[in-house]
Amino acid sequence: MSSADLSMLQRPNDRLRRRRLVNRSMELLAWLAAALAVLILGVVIWSVARRGASALSFDFLTKAQAQYAPPNVPQGLANAFVGTFVIVGLATLMALPVGILIAIYVNEFASRGIRNVVTLTLDVLAGVPAIVIGFFVFVLIVVGHGQSGYAGAFALAVLMLPLVSRSTIEVLALVPDSLREAALGVGAPRWRATLGIVLPQTIGGVLTGATLAVARVAGETAPLLIVSSLAASGTHWNPAQPLQSVPVAIYELADSPDPADHARAWAAALVLILFILFVSLTARWLATRSRRKIAQASR
Amino acid sequence: MASLDVTDAARRPFTGRRVRFGDLVLQSVAGFAALGALVLVGLIAWKVIQGARLSISTFGISFVWHVAWDPVHNQFGAGSFLFGTVVTSVAALVIATPIAIGIAVFLSELAPRGIRGPVTALVETLAAIPSVVIGLWGLLVLAPLLRDHVDPALHRSLGFVPLFGPASYGSNVFTAIVVLTIMILPIIASISRELFLGVPSELKEGALGLGTTRWEMIRGVVFPYTRGGVAAAMILGFGRAIGEAIAVALVIGGFTGISVNFFNPGNTLASQMAQNYAGLQTAVATSSLLYLGLILLVFSILVNLFAQFIVRRAARRQGLAR
Repeated sequence: MSSADLSMLQRPNDRLRRRRLVNRSMELLAWLAAALAVLILGVVIWSVARRGASALSFDFLTKAQAQYAPPNVPQGLANAFVGTFVIVGLATLMALPVGILIAIYVNEFASRGIRNVVTLTLDVLAGVPAIVIGFFVFVLIVVGHGQSGYAGAFALAVLMLPLVSRSTIEVLALVPDSLREAALGVGAPRWRATLGIVLPQTIGGVLTGATLAVARVAGETAPLLIVSSLAASGTHWNPAQPLQSVPVAIYELADSPDPADHARAWAAALVLILFILFVSLTARWLATRSRRKIAQASR
Repeated sequence: MASLDVTDAARRPFTGRRVRFGDLVLQSVAGFAALGALVLVGLIAWKVIQGARLSISTFGISFVWHVAWDPVHNQFGAGSFLFGTVVTSVAALVIATPIAIGIAVFLSELAPRGIRGPVTALVETLAAIPSVVIGLWGLLVLAPLLRDHVDPALHRSLGFVPLFGPASYGSNVFTAIVVLTIMILPIIASISRELFLGVPSELKEGALGLGTTRWEMIRGVVFPYTRGGVAAAMILGFGRAIGEAIAVALVIGGFTGISVNFFNPGNTLASQMAQNYAGLQTAVATSSLLYLGLILLVFSILVNLFAQFIVRRAARRQGLAR
C-alpha cells in the first residue's frame, strides 16, 4: 500500500469529516427530541402533582360537590368518583363480551373478505371522534329519554369496542393452530375448542386489552359532557339518572373563575392520572404474563 | 326437546362433517356481534345525519363554508370552525412529525439498552394522559407562560409573517396548536418506532457494512423502507388532532371568525361542539351543531380510510418484496 493511501486512512478527509458531523448532529437532534418528550411528560405530571397534592384530602375523596355552598364548607368529588366508577363499569360490561365475540368471529369463523371488512369497520369506528359519538348518543337516546348514566356508559362502550376487539383479535392470532387442531382432533366440537381451549389461552391478552381500554375511556370527557353531565347534587349510584364523572368535573372546574375550583380540578386530575397509571401498569404486567404463558403453550 | 337430540348426535364419534348445534350457536352469536359493529357505524352516520337534517335543509351545502355562528339571528355556518380545525391540525402535524420521528429514531436505533425501555414507557405514558388533563394544564400553566414569554418573543422576531401578529390573549390558536402537538406526538412516535424496529437487520447491517454512517443508514434504508407506514402514522395523528374537542375547547378561546394571526382566539369543529352543548336553545342551533359533527365525521372517516389504504398498500408491497 502506498503512503498516500495510508495517510487517507489516518487523517479523514473533509468529506468524511462532514459526513461524520452530519451524523453526529442528527443523532444529537434525535436525543433532544426524546429528551423533549420526557421533559413535557415530567412538566405535566409535576404540575398536576404539585398543585393537586395540596388540595387532596380525606374530605375531597369522601364528600360530594355542593352547589351554592359557602366557601368554608369542605367539598369533594365523591359524586364524580362514584359516577365514573358506575359509568366505566357498565361500559366495560357492554363492550367486553361484544368485543370478544367480534374477535372470535373474525379470527375463528370469518372468511378473508369478511375479516377485512370487519377489521376495516373497527378501524373506522376507532377513528370516529369522541365528541361525535357523544352527539350520536345524544340523538339516539338523550333526545327521547334525557341524560342518564346509561347513555354515558353506552357512549364509552362504543369507544371501547374497537379497542377490545382489536387487542383480542391480535392475541387470538397468536394462539398456535396446533392447539385448535389438537382439540378438534380429539373430537371436540368447534365451539368447545374455541371457548374451552383457545379463548382461555388468551385470557391474559384479553384482560390487557380491556384494562387499556378502561384506562383510555376513564379520562374521556367529550361524550359524557353531552349525555351525562347535568347531575343532581349529592352522590348517586343510579345510572338511570345523569351521573357526574371525574373528567367532566375537571372540565367544569377548569373553566370556573374561582381559584378554589382550580385547586379541586388539579386534585381530580391527580387522582385520574394515578388511576390511569395504575391501570396501565397492571395491563403491562398482565401482558408480560400472558406472553410468557402463550410462549409456554406453543413450545 | 329437539335440541337435545342434536347435541346427543354431536357426541357420537366418526359421524363426519355436519353442522353441530353448538357450533351454529357460537358462529351465529359471534357473527351477529360482528354484524353489530357494521350496523353501529351505519347507525352513527344515520343518527348524526338525522340530527343535522333541519340545519341541512335550512342552510344547504353552503353551511360548510359560511362564516357565522349567530344564535340570535339564527345564522349558522361551519366555515370558521373548519378553518380552525384545518389550521390547528396541520400546524400541530408539521411541528409534531419531525420531533416524533426523532424520538422514534432514538428509541429504535440510538438509545442505550438501559434507557430504551423506560423512555419507551414514558412516551406511552404521555399518550395515556387524558385530554382533559392536558387541557387543564394548557389553560392554567401553558397559556400564561406562552402569553407572557413565547408569544411576544415570536411576534418580535417573526412579526413580519402575518401568522405571528400582535399577541394579547393566553387562550389562542397557538396554544391550541401546542396542546395538539403534545397530544399527537406520542402517537406518531410510537407507531414510527415499531415500524423502524421492523426494518430487517440485514438491510441495516448491509448499509453500515458499506461504510455509511448511522444517519446515512437511517436516511437511506430505514426511512424508505417505512415511508408508507410513517405517512399512515402521520395521518392517524392528524385524525386524532381534528377530533380533539376538550383540550382544544379549554385553550383556544372560543371565537367565531377567520383570522390568520395565531395569537388570536379561534375555534375548531370539535371544540365548538363541546363548548355549545349547554346552550342548545333553538332546534336550528342544536341541528347546526350536529351538522358540524357530520362534517367532522365525514372528515375523520376519510382521513382514517386513507391511512388504512396506505397501510394496506405498504403491507402488500412489503409482502411482495420478501
